[in-house]
Amino acid sequence: MRRYDKNGPIALTFNALFLIFILAPLFVVCWVSFTPEGFLSMPTTEFSLRWFVAILDHPEFISAFLFSVYLAFGSATVAVALAVPAALATARYRFPGRGMIMAFFMSPLMIPHVVLGVAFLSYLSSLGWAGTYIGLVACHVILIMPYALRLVLASVTGMDKAAEQAARSLGASRWTTFRRVTIPLIMPGVTGGWVLAFITSFDELTMTLFIASPSSTTLPVRMYQHITENVDPLIASVSAVIIFITMILMFVLDRIFGLDKLLVGK
Amino acid sequence: MKRYLPPYLLSGPAVIIFVIMLAVPMIMTFMLSFKSFSFYTGITPDYGWHNYLEVVTDSYFHEIFFRTYAISIGVTLLCALIGAPEAYILNRMTKAWRSMCLLAILGPLLISVIVRTLGWALLIGNNGVINDALLLLGVIDEPLRMMYTTQAIVVALVHVLVPFMVLSVWTTLQKLDPQVENASMSLGASHFTTMYRVVLPQIMPGILAGSLIVFALTASAFATPSILGGRALKVVATTAYDEYLNTLNWPLGAAIATILLIANIVVVMSYNKYVEHKYAAVFD
Repeated sequence: MRRYDKNGPIALTFNALFLIFILAPLFVVCWVSFTPEGFLSMPTTEFSLRWFVAILDHPEFISAFLFSVYLAFGSATVAVALAVPAALATARYRFPGRGMIMAFFMSPLMIPHVVLGVAFLSYLSSLGWAGTYIGLVACHVILIMPYALRLVLASVTGMDKAAEQAARSLGASRWTTFRRVTIPLIMPGVTGGWVLAFITSFDELTMTLFIASPSSTTLPVRMYQHITENVDPLIASVSAVIIFITMILMFVLDRIFGLDKLLVGK
Repeated sequence: MKRYLPPYLLSGPAVIIFVIMLAVPMIMTFMLSFKSFSFYTGITPDYGWHNYLEVVTDSYFHEIFFRTYAISIGVTLLCALIGAPEAYILNRMTKAWRSMCLLAILGPLLISVIVRTLGWALLIGNNGVINDALLLLGVIDEPLRMMYTTQAIVVALVHVLVPFMVLSVWTTLQKLDPQVENASMSLGASHFTTMYRVVLPQIMPGILAGSLIVFALTASAFATPSILGGRALKVVATTAYDEYLNTLNWPLGAAIATILLIANIVVVMSYNKYVEHKYAAVFD
């Protein structure tokens, strides 16, 4: 019998072209970053690491990177700390306003980042929090909460309640049951939610552009400011470093969670 | 009432943070959009519709809104055109190949938009890779001008957003029974008929859901149009940014932002209504 569920040559060519389309821009960034020249060019015979060394002479990129990590770490942690009880409430209980609360938590996904930036800029400056760490964390928490909540919620919904009931009937207190049974069982979702929240916060540009100050500049904001002034090999080497770090992170995440599950949240 | 206490206590902290950090700033922005601004007095509380009137009547803003939504429609169509077949092809691959291809397609979603846009700037710049190669091959005599064009923005945004379309269609495809397709073929339908009459109707909800995400994200895109479009090709998001940080006309910026938000919500809502209505049978 002929099988109809195999890809033909046209399909495979399409797939190859599609992958080239997706990967070419990233590949070009990495390639250009190895140029030995002082200007943008594609190195063909000589390759050099001079533009990677040059990053060390630009402390503004390194401090922006460290600040981004610090901000993403704080925001993801706060977001998950809020998402776990919120997920338990919406998954375990039926109560008036449940749907509305859920929609409220997911609403940042529907608001354009530029609108959030506009709203947060005037709000933070009226509070006197503009450009402060706590101000940025508060804004990033709102932005990344839907991502954290979605994954935590998936693991709470999928969890077997019998284990909790067993712990309770064997005499464990509510708190002990939560700490020793519930938390370990939902840990994959919590970790996945934290990682996705961290990455989303780390990558965010548009909203942060409005609320960052010179002393609280994140890496994407610093890069944007640099690119709007000039595109040089330095910005390519900074991007290549980001691509490299993200690729390592991606393989680890794919091994642990499966990338499609992490991004779809099912 | 007492039995409702635990869920309210559990979700309470997050609700309080969301009210303080989301509801209040959004309402304040809405209020701000009705205030006035002049270079001499700054922002004054003369409430009125004048900022909205300015956007609605000024042809400068018409052009910006028209460009933004024209780009959004183009990007959405292109994403559906290449993303849906790709998802279909992925679904027919062996498991090992599929996870490798999925990694390559979804991985870039984890890389900042600014890095992906930079890649396009390096490819299509006046002395970028494409121009260098074409000059070297003697196809052209002088560099093609690709930067700062609408086409550049469209292509780069398709690149940035097409993973969402692939993901959305692929999720729908996983629920399908491959035997239906085999049945159609063995009953004598051609490849094309099977595609058009059997496969496409079944994955349509996935394509529509993906289109919605792509359209909404394109309409509010900032980094890619800003870097590849330059000063001349403004879109709604970059205009709001300029009003806020360059002109300092916050009330007008707030009005543009409010219009963008409301347009997004209206599009998403009416689209959902349409999809629910049309595919009620599929979802039930």
